[in-house]
Amino acid sequence: MSQTPELVVKDLHVAVEGKEILKGLSLEVRKGEIHALMGPNGSGKSTFANTLMGHPRYEVTSGDILFKGESILGLETDARSRAGLFMAFQYPVAIPGVTVSNFLRTALNARLAAPKGNGDGAMPAKRGIAPKEFRALLREQMGLLKMDDAFAVRYLNDGFSGGEKKRAEILQMALLKPEIAIMDETDSGLDIDALRIVSEGVNALSGPDLGVLVITHYQRILDYIKPQFVHVMMEGRIILSGGPQLALELEARGYDWVRNGKETAVR
Amino acid sequence: MNAATNATVGIRDEYTEKYGFHDPDKFVFKIRKGLDRDIVEQISALKGEPAWMRDMRLKSLEIFEKKPMPAWGGDLSHIEFQDIYYYVKPAEQEATSWDDVPADMKRTFDKLGIPEAEQKFLSGVGAQYDSEVVYHRIKENLEKQGVIFLSCDHGLRDHEELFREHFGTVIPPADNKFAALNTAVWSGGSFIYVPKGVHVDVPLQAYFRINTRDMGQFERTLIIVDEGAYVHYVEGCTAPTYSSDSLHSAVVEIIVKAGGRCRYTTIQNWSNNVYNLVTKRAMAYRDATMEWVDGNLGSKLTMKFPAVHLMEPGAHGEVLSIAFAGRGQHQDAGAKMVHAAPHTSSKIVSKSISKDGGRAGYRGLVRVVKGAFDCKSSVNCDALILDERSRSDTYPTMEIEEDRTSIGHEATVSKIGDEQLFYLMSRGVSKEEAAAMIVAGFIEPVVKELPMEYAVEMNRLIQLQMEGSVG
Repeated sequence: MSQTPELVVKDLHVAVEGKEILKGLSLEVRKGEIHALMGPNGSGKSTFANTLMGHPRYEVTSGDILFKGESILGLETDARSRAGLFMAFQYPVAIPGVTVSNFLRTALNARLAAPKGNGDGAMPAKRGIAPKEFRALLREQMGLLKMDDAFAVRYLNDGFSGGEKKRAEILQMALLKPEIAIMDETDSGLDIDALRIVSEGVNALSGPDLGVLVITHYQRILDYIKPQFVHVMMEGRIILSGGPQLALELEARGYDWVRNGKETAVR
Repeated sequence: MNAATNATVGIRDEYTEKYGFHDPDKFVFKIRKGLDRDIVEQISALKGEPAWMRDMRLKSLEIFEKKPMPAWGGDLSHIEFQDIYYYVKPAEQEATSWDDVPADMKRTFDKLGIPEAEQKFLSGVGAQYDSEVVYHRIKENLEKQGVIFLSCDHGLRDHEELFREHFGTVIPPADNKFAALNTAVWSGGSFIYVPKGVHVDVPLQAYFRINTRDMGQFERTLIIVDEGAYVHYVEGCTAPTYSSDSLHSAVVEIIVKAGGRCRYTTIQNWSNNVYNLVTKRAMAYRDATMEWVDGNLGSKLTMKFPAVHLMEPGAHGEVLSIAFAGRGQHQDAGAKMVHAAPHTSSKIVSKSISKDGGRAGYRGLVRVVKGAFDCKSSVNCDALILDERSRSDTYPTMEIEEDRTSIGHEATVSKIGDEQLFYLMSRGVSKEEAAAMIVAGFIEPVVKELPMEYAVEMNRLIQLQMEGSVG
């Protein structure tokens, strides 16, 4: 693993409406790796995910985010996505009147039209995947996620159950083929069956061409998605990193164990 | 040209290129500017009309002169009635073959895709250029079934009895100032009669084009759908982009007899210098259905409230309305439903969008007269505001004189959400395209009611309105 990691976060400080939330977060994720980022409520997990994706509400006050060796702080959200970054939302947003199929085709075409890694945000030229080819691709991916065909013509996230929303996120990920995917509390609001299906989806997609960062409060999802690296986040920075056993230990002993004894726990 | 117009150069350029061009003035006859008895008499004489029509025009002129300007709705104070050409005759006669349409005009309609659409998906086409219809044709099989589709002038000439029986009965000249004006100077428009039980499966279309500067277009349309018959009529319109204003003031009267159904679809795309002040009303009789699908994208100011009077039990009325106001535009759109009989039902769905300081809204009336029991009405109006500078108005009026009715009303106003934009952009879609998608989704409930070709056209026009807009 000599080459540069695809995602490098360096001493990141982020403020929301003037209040500092992230206070020096550093992290590296390579393609082919699965990382879990765990932390209690209010530790800054979702701020981190949204900052990676470029949400305008989050202001980077210092530090840097490098994607494939280049800073992406100057890139708009859409350019980051086209460069190969993906976030599965904790709360996917409903877009009434826009079908899943229409949306995905537009998103896919935006990606195909823009040269990879080109972050100028320009309107892509009108070309892309043929409707027939797209439908076949969509049907195939929906099949893998055990989604009914009728799903494609429903309005995006509009009236979806919690499980349907998360499955739709995975479907988008499957079609857009990112290099680094951030799963922002994908497990929240899911029953066991849905959790298993969604996890199987992520596992099916992961491999040498994809790096995954699973952000979660609970250990539960890690029964299904096996990370090689586990990080514990508190008060805006990562205070502890380790292997898979760290998640189990955390589950058994609670966040207070880290909070109180982190001096002794770190090495 | 001022700063405000400069800022919209991108959008206006696109309109100018696609629709805003104009042909050199090559009219056959242009009446002097202004409005008086002499002008009205000249128009009538040029058309060789019967005396009753001329008298009705003159009486309407008097009504027009007496009635004050409406004091509500949009700003009408800049209309100079004496500074308008009320009649411009573009060609010697109405053609039934595109080859016989004067070259400039044919080129214009070619650019607008009308002959192509006629070939592909229409039952008949009328094309009006300034004051007169220059092309008119209906498919032979419909003609054989007794369907009449003519310019309104030819309707009067060829079917005077049927014409006179209905003309001005749905919208009398005294209805409002602009209905009176139209009745005084009307020219062109469509006359349609669908005989009992005949279904015109493929739409009839009329296209209205203004070419001359400072021109007023006053087309008149009369549609009679006989018992158990069906027709879908579609109208479209565009005009050159001029720095001075034009006036378009139409009257559309529709009669739907027992068990008949009429759908009237408008895709209004006038240039942003046109005042569009239109009165549209239908009478629906026993078990008849009248549907207005009204898309307003263009014009400087539109004031238009398609109405259905539900005259007998079982009648049903619908208005599906989209209003999109960009910079410098005011869309005062809406609907009226009058329940004049028991067991009648109505539905209004209104979607208005405003951006770049535009103003769009819904103005509506639902009236249930005393004794019209067991009526159902639902009104649903949603507004989407794209930025802080833009405005949306909702004026829903309910006049319910009968207790035994069921009336539902829902209204929402929303702003285009940052979270929606972020979500779509996080999938690689640009901000502009994301906003256009949200808007397209917003109007989808209305657009899905359109025939495929028009749905595509509507979405394309919305896209055009959206370009260069989100900052």
